[in-house]
Parts: sequence; structure tokens; C-alpha cells
Amino acid sequence: MTQKSLMLQVRNLRKTFTLHGRGGVQLPVFNDISFEVSAGECVALIGSSGSGKSTLLRSLYANYLPSAGEILVKHHGEWVDIASVEARTKLEIRRETIGYVSQFLRVIPRISSIDLISEVAISGGMSSEIAIEVSSALLRRLNLPEHLWNVPPATFSGGEQQRVNIAMGLVRPYPILLLDEPTASLDASNRESAIELILEAKSRGAAIIAICHDETARDRFADRLFDVSQFKAAA
Amino acid sequence: MNSQAFHSVDGTYNFAYLDEQTKRMIRRTLLKAIAVPGYQVPFGGREMPMAYGWGTGGIQITASIIGKDDTLKVIDQGADDTTNAVSIRRFFQRVSGVKTTEETQKATLIQTRHRIPEKQLTENQILVYQVPQPEPLWKLEPREVETRKLHAYSEYGLMHVKLYEDISRHGEIITTYDYPVEVNARHIMSPSPIPKFDNPKMAMMPALQLFGAGREKRIYAIPPYTRVRSLDFDDHPFEIQRFEDPCALCGAEGVFLDEVILDDKGDHMFVCSDSDHCRERRAAGHAGHRASDAASIGFVSSEGEA
Amino acid sequence: MMKALLEAESVGHSYPGGQLGCEDVSFRLYPGEVLGVVGESGSGKSTLLGCLSGMLEPSNGIVRFDVGGQGLRDVFSLSEPERRLLMRTDWGIVRQNPRDGLRMNVSAGGNVGERLMAVGARNYGNIRNEALDWLTRVEIPSSRVDDLPRTFSGGMQQRVQIARILVSKPRLIFMDEPTGGLDVSVQARLLDLLRGLVRDLGVAAVVVTHDLAVVRLLSDRLMVMRQGRVVETGLTDQVLDDPQHPYSQLLVSSVLQA
Repeated sequence: MTQKSLMLQVRNLRKTFTLHGRGGVQLPVFNDISFEVSAGECVALIGSSGSGKSTLLRSLYANYLPSAGEILVKHHGEWVDIASVEARTKLEIRRETIGYVSQFLRVIPRISSIDLISEVAISGGMSSEIAIEVSSALLRRLNLPEHLWNVPPATFSGGEQQRVNIAMGLVRPYPILLLDEPTASLDASNRESAIELILEAKSRGAAIIAICHDETARDRFADRLFDVSQFKAAA
Repeated sequence: MNSQAFHSVDGTYNFAYLDEQTKRMIRRTLLKAIAVPGYQVPFGGREMPMAYGWGTGGIQITASIIGKDDTLKVIDQGADDTTNAVSIRRFFQRVSGVKTTEETQKATLIQTRHRIPEKQLTENQILVYQVPQPEPLWKLEPREVETRKLHAYSEYGLMHVKLYEDISRHGEIITTYDYPVEVNARHIMSPSPIPKFDNPKMAMMPALQLFGAGREKRIYAIPPYTRVRSLDFDDHPFEIQRFEDPCALCGAEGVFLDEVILDDKGDHMFVCSDSDHCRERRAAGHAGHRASDAASIGFVSSEGEA
Repeated sequence: MMKALLEAESVGHSYPGGQLGCEDVSFRLYPGEVLGVVGESGSGKSTLLGCLSGMLEPSNGIVRFDVGGQGLRDVFSLSEPERRLLMRTDWGIVRQNPRDGLRMNVSAGGNVGERLMAVGARNYGNIRNEALDWLTRVEIPSSRVDDLPRTFSGGMQQRVQIARILVSKPRLIFMDEPTGGLDVSVQARLLDLLRGLVRDLGVAAVVVTHDLAVVRLLSDRLMVMRQGRVVETGLTDQVLDDPQHPYSQLLVSSVLQA
């Protein structure tokens, strides 16, 4: 904790789903996970399908509620346990500290892609003109055809949606980034743009936790691998 | 007081029809109404020997305050000789035996429907209004529990909504009678269906003004010399009606005129709504451009809108 | 440290005869926050809304509001005129049935202008311009400003109601099933509008609904109520994606994923 560049500390994290509708059946996902991530470092989560990588990532974003353990986030210079802090601080952490790129992220329906992205920028205090400018530049780099900018992403292809998701997660300089398959469904050139953006985020000092099945892409930005399957809890 | 005073001229009814207990109750109500200008005080309205809508509220007030030495004038739409005025005057002649008059300045007590006399009233006079609907907010807020709160807490935005609606639909405030006023910088009040032309006369009037609503059983009052302000908007100030021509019979200007239809060919003229005022001016030698027609129409007040 | 706008402390209400409305509800709402309250009919969410919005005095607990930005005050210790003033200035209540929230015999413009006149606006031109501005913001054509609400569709009436409330720049609005009774496409449009306005104006809100899609879109935080009690609270997406309480799980699993 004394090390200044530490951004995230996960301690003894456990997640077990309890399905009350199924007679209270317990679905353990992982148990006793601990790891740390520093600024400018990228940790890639690995493990077989079902090992709980996405569950872990969602827990880090407070989308899932851990069953035990702590997720300490460096927020405004203080360590805050996002798992147990009050809801409005969780929202503040999401607004200020943690960005999330996910193919499963629910976007707000009926809002144009460019507005979705610039809203994120505006929530960080950017004026709306500059936000639109920055968002446009990002979409241009990600090569999203301009005629799609004013269309809500609901009807987009997987790759197009993914680029909107990446832009939403990277439009603000979040100190911590969670990436869930950031390059999935992207063709080679678009994948390259996405990787460049991730590398830029890293070099500005973002602590990154990523899930990425594409090993070539992963090797480009990951500093180390963290195998989640070794924490598979016994049923 | 001697008991003789309680009997009407023909000995059948109590003096001024109402029994003394009822008069006392109404007088108490009046005192409260005067103490809180513009506030509607509920009272135990009695059944009168005439239908609601014929001035039962005003009659009960008049009956409660009239004394043997009073001189009563009754007007309806400004005239002393319309059916309503005549029958109310006869009623009080029969049940109280007091003197009556058509001359405004000779009256000590004036009961009115729809007008205020043109002549400035004095401290020695009382003006009693007949009121059909005492609640100025009733068209916008039908719940009485709510309107009472609106008055109690001075929540009067709603009254301006009515004026807003006028302007948005007609370009101006088209409310021409029963135009709401604010009394003593506190209560919003219905002035009864007098033309808004008469509203300014209510302000700082030397005479006591009493309002009676028989069906709704409410009494309210404006004490002498009380501020009365007609509601308006900064950019749509209150204005009274103006008439292009003076009274055709007496030549008076700045008075409220009624249109009188003279035949079925469309001939018409505008004459004073206040018939006593017109007669007095003509007696003093004033003449309008059709003064000679006065006799031919017997100076009948019109049924024109007030 | 930001000050709370609304605070409920162990709020409970029982109806005469002992029937339980809601029990032991506590939370704090901060400026700009949107709190969703979900539960099925009879869960006590409407009773709670009544208690929070000053319309129903709780039998237990305290509701406090930051009156005039001068600190939390017990809403029910305010005098009635103070509370009524609050209701037409700092607060707004969006009712499920626009007929309950609008004056049906007053034009759309008059409905929107009423709150301005209620706080002393006396310039017709300014009132009308502001009414037109707000009607435009809720996507009512300015040509309809003088029309009576009864000539409007249900969705338009609801939008007029929202304009009528927002014109006084409230700091807190209460919404009771704001999209109830509307066609699905109209609901969506209204929700988008509400979401945009709430964000732009930074107004805090308590939204009571049985429709999880409404809270998913509008609210930051969620309270799940059942039989008068709060069974779960949390971030909206957390409660919907990872519900903990058996009842929350049932509620979430009962909704078809669109």
C-alpha cells in the first residue's frame, strides 16, 4: 500500500451465486483471489471459459457484488473498497476513476453513438463542443463510418458496436481501465487501432485489467497474465 | 329598543322580515367580514320568500342592517325600475315601512345588482351587493377545501392563470364583469358581476360595501377607505371600458352606458346605465344629441350586457 | 462533502385498521441522484412515495428535506403553507395519470405558466415565452400552446405535465409510474426525454415503478420493496444483473429480456 503507483488491490475475493429460485443452489465461481495492479501496468486475465474472468471484471466494476473480500481502488488518492462503499461513491468511482469496455455493456437505447460517447466526456466536465470533437476524433481513429455516428448502436454489427464501446471507455483518461474482449469482432486494421489506443492509455499511466482471447493482441499490451481458473472454488 | 320596532307595517312579519336572532347572527357575520376585508365569511343563510338568484344574499344583509330611519334605494343594472329592483323595494316597503328613494344621494342604504352608482358615495351610506358566486377561483379550482387554502395562504397564482388564458386566447383580458380584485393587499375577491368599469370606484370608497351570496351562504365586505386593486399583468395593465360617444340623452361622458334598441330596424342609442344619474343631469339642463327621445322610450333601461 | 437533499429515517406508515403501508425505510438522496423504487402492487412503494413527497404523514420515522439549501428539515414539521410552497417550487410530482397533474380546462401554456405566476411572475410576455420554451423542450409544437390538454394524446399530456413541473426548476421530482398507461413506443420516447432532462438539469428524482426497464434507464440506484419493506438496495445495474434477495431474483427473472 505504500507503493505509490499501486492503483488496484484485490484481496481474498470470493464470488458465489445463490439461486434462490432453484432452492438456494450455490454456484461458486472463484474463491480467495488476490492480486494488485499498478499504474501503467496491464494485467490480462486468463483461464478457461467459465473460470470467472468476466465475473471478476464485473465485480471490479461493482456490477456484481462479491460474496467476500475487498476490491481496493485508488480513488482521488484514497483507497476505497468499491465492494462495500455506499452506492453514490461507487457511481463517483465509475464516473471518475474506472472505465469499462465490454461487449456486454448495456448502452442506453435510442441514443446516437456520438452522443453516447460525448455524454461520457461531458460527465467528466468537458464542454459539449469539445466533447463532440474528441468523440469524433476517436471514432475516426477507430474507423467507424461517419454515417453511423448519428445512429444508435442497437442495429450495428458486433464490430461496429465494439468500436463504440471502446470509444466510450477511452474517451476519458480513467486511471483504471477494465477491458472485456476489446478486440473481439474487429478486423485486422480496426484491431490495430484499438490496440494503439490501449497502448496509449497505458503509457499515460492507466492501470489496465483485460480479458482478451486473442493472444496476438494480448501480447501487444499485456505485461503479465493472471490465471483465474486456479481459484476455482469447490462446489 | 321597544318591541313595537320589531313589527312590520302590516303587523304580519317581524320588522324587515327576518327574526331578531337571525339578524344578530348576520350582523356578527358582517362584523367579522369587515374585520377581514375581502374574506368570505360563511353564514347561516335563511330561506327567503323568493328564489335564489333574485338577490336573497343582499336582501338578508339589508334586512339585518336596515333601521326605521333609513332611506333605501334598490338598483338592478343601474336602474331603479327593473323588475328585480321594484320587487325588492316593495318587499322592504311592506316589511319595514322605511322610506325609499331613487335618488342616490338621498339613500342611506343602497342594494345593488350589477352596478355601482356613478355618483360618489359618502361615509353615511352603505352599499349592499347581491352576489351569485362569491368564489373568484371556482371556475379553476372546484374543490372548496382547496380554494379555502388558496385564500388562507395567499396562493393566488391561479387567479392570474385565468387572466393569462384570456390574453392568450383573445389578445387581451376579456373578463369585462366580475373582474377579480385584491382587497387590502391580502384577499382576492369577486366584486360580483359589476362591469369592470366600476372596479376603480370600489377603491378607497367612503361608503361601507357589503356583499351577500344567498345560495352560497357567504358574506364579505370592504370597509370604507380600503385599497382595492384589480388584478393584471405588468405588460397588460388593467383598463376599464371606454365609450366613444357620450350618453345620447344627458351627454354624460366617463359613465357606463347601455345600448338601447329603439325599433326593429336597427335604430339604437347608448344611454346612461345609471338611470338616476341620467335623470338628474337632464333635470339640470344637460342634453345629449337625442335628448328628445327620452320621453319616447320612457327611459327604459336596457337588458344590455353589464 | 455534498449535503443530502432528501433523507428518510426509519419511515413507516400504517393505515387505519393496522394495514401496513411501508416500514422502516431509510436512505439518503443527494443532489442530481435518481433513486428507483420497484416492487409489485401492494409492496408499499406508493405509500412510501406519499410519505416522501409530503402528502401522507408517516406514522413512524422522519422525512427531511434540504429546504432552501439551508439544511435538512423535517418535512412534516413545516407549516402547511411552507410545505405547499415547497411543492410548487423545489419539488415536482409527476403523476401517472396526467389528468391528476394538469388543469384540464386550462391551455397547455397556462398549465406550464401557473407555477411561475404562483411565485409572483406578473409579466405576461415573459411567462408565455418561458412556457413556449418549456413546451418546446418537451417536444410539444409551439402551435399547440393555446390548446387544452384534452385535445392532446396521453403521451403529450404527460410531457405537458413534465414541462409544468420543470418550469419552476425544482431540485427534486417524484415520479409515480411516469410511463404507466402509455403505448410502448410512446413510453420509450418519454423515457428518453425524462432521462435527458434529468441529466441536463441535474435534478434529483425518486421514481416509483413496477417496470424494471424504466429504472434501468433512469435511476442510478435502486430499492426493491416487498410487503412494505426494502429487501435490497444497490446500484441499479448491480441489483438487476446480480440480485441478491430471493424476491429481487424472482422480480428480475420474471422479466423477458428484450
